[in-house]
Amino acid sequence: MQNLSNEVWVFIEQRDGKAVDVSLELLCKGRKLAEQLHGPLKAVVIGEDVKSIADETFKYGANEVLLIQHKELKNYRTLPYSRILNDLIIKFSPRIVLFGATVIGRDLAPRVASNTKSGLTADCTELRIDTITYLGKECKDILLQIRPAFGGNIIATIITPDNPVQMATVREGVMELSPLEKPNKTKITEIPFLPDPTDALVEIIEQFHQENKVNLKGAPVIVAGGYGLGTKENFKLIHELAHVLGGEVAGSRAAVDAGFVPHERQVGQTGITVRPKLYIAVGISGAIQHRAGMQEANKIIAINTDPDAPIFQIAHYGIVGDAVDIIPKFIDAYKHKLK
Amino acid sequence: MYNSIVLVKQVPDTANISGKVMKEDGTVNRSKLPAIFNHEDKVALELALQVKEKYGGKVTAITMGPPRASDILRECLYMGADEVFLISDRKFAGADTLATSYVLSEAINKIGNYHFIFGGRQAIDGDTAQVGPQTADKLNIPQVTYAEQILDIKKNKVTIKRKIDGGHEIVQATLPVLVTVIKEAAEPRPFSAKKVMAYKGAKSLTDLEKLTEGNSLLYTDTLIHEYQERNLFISTLTMDDLQLDVDRCGVKGSPTKVHKVESVVLAGGNQTRVEPTKDGIGILIDSLLEDHILG
Repeated sequence: MQNLSNEVWVFIEQRDGKAVDVSLELLCKGRKLAEQLHGPLKAVVIGEDVKSIADETFKYGANEVLLIQHKELKNYRTLPYSRILNDLIIKFSPRIVLFGATVIGRDLAPRVASNTKSGLTADCTELRIDTITYLGKECKDILLQIRPAFGGNIIATIITPDNPVQMATVREGVMELSPLEKPNKTKITEIPFLPDPTDALVEIIEQFHQENKVNLKGAPVIVAGGYGLGTKENFKLIHELAHVLGGEVAGSRAAVDAGFVPHERQVGQTGITVRPKLYIAVGISGAIQHRAGMQEANKIIAINTDPDAPIFQIAHYGIVGDAVDIIPKFIDAYKHKLK
Repeated sequence: MYNSIVLVKQVPDTANISGKVMKEDGTVNRSKLPAIFNHEDKVALELALQVKEKYGGKVTAITMGPPRASDILRECLYMGADEVFLISDRKFAGADTLATSYVLSEAINKIGNYHFIFGGRQAIDGDTAQVGPQTADKLNIPQVTYAEQILDIKKNKVTIKRKIDGGHEIVQATLPVLVTVIKEAAEPRPFSAKKVMAYKGAKSLTDLEKLTEGNSLLYTDTLIHEYQERNLFISTLTMDDLQLDVDRCGVKGSPTKVHKVESVVLAGGNQTRVEPTKDGIGILIDSLLEDHILG
């Protein structure tokens, strides 16, 4: 293969002129990947008056910002944003491009991957650089894109062996935020934007924002319920326990699908990744996708009727039994101890 | 009049995988998995049918997959699709989203004459949400993902409410457009009993070949003709029909490769079993308070 670039790029998603957390988390991961490739970490910042975001990215390890500013770019729109990235990627052919697996990232990354004929892996839970052998051929310093697949029964390592550009999306909270104490030597490269008539094919008429009151990521205690609770009525016990412990309510994907709990409280690969002091998993069997979102909790308590449920394998404390019986006992005992 | 092409997919029912589906070596035995109609694609079909009912037009459902994927095409007919196509060829096997979107976009170009392409936001077997945008890119048309409601269609513009992180937005798109829908967008209608009666005998080329196998009195060509006459033939589009570049199909056309698949091995932790009694739970709470995990 031709000489490959050693650049790692992160698309910095901004909403209302502020960088979103997942983009900064990806810079921290990207920094480590770039070190291994002995290459630079570059942030792509697109918006209107977003130089302050460019400056912010340096704190997380960006060596260079590709800055594209124009009043037409204030809000994300698929066509102009993807056009900018397509042009940049075709011109510079970076080795790795990372996107947050947000609504915007999941709208943008596939379109760009298609246009630049790059490999793209969604919702990675781990990214690593390694030299491996694939079909008898050595792939030097290739990106291992690791994600659960098939309902969490397997963990797949995906690679892009024959293409110059490797792309991945990652959910918020999966990579850890670790700002630098002292930023690197940095530079900003402004790239001009030329509007195109096709940009107007989709126009934003109106946006409504709901203040997101759920703060799972920052909660020290999380009580999560699963499909095993059986009914929405039983799920109220989760709310009661969370209330008594001063924690937040969460759920597994199955609980969300069953309508027990809203999606913004879903923990796991396709939800939120959390690292609380205490995570209580009630009626959650513990499929890998769920565990991917909570296994780094400081302490995990599992409550389940099935003694063989995989959740017990990662729990620090396991209680085999029916939540309907155990949660009231837990609440009583806790109130009693506090007295 | 607005014509829609709906992208549908048959997926393994990943929510109901039992232990037996895993092979000894830890890989998935796909043939053992129950196959279902990807729910969000059904929602997409429902939306296309609603557009047809309100504004007139035609609804065509297409799927890329193995011959058995014709099951869900029959279900599309039961719901009210006017025409269905099975896009199937051994050379399509092992396609990632890039190769899949190439084949789909060429099939769409061949069918032509559309205002909308509808599809589910994502399929539950991979949850990637990539095929929609990648197909739109190859067709060189705009996309609206995460659509929740079609508010209005006027001339060549559609107004759509879509979900975004932390809220909603309303966008206006110029047709033709590719729209991916979330499950809140519509409740798929039940099958029409009349249509089930009419189409339950619909067969694809592979189905008919199976009928003629071992029966010297039947000829595939005659059967195809007969089924076409009765409007019961599910057309198959192969690589040759679509005149595709073989290097862009299947495993060959897929930049991403599966390097390794591991079955999930759980490391046995140092777990403390807590008795499900008042005393047992009391001891647990004591140690949590002591470690400053609680309180």
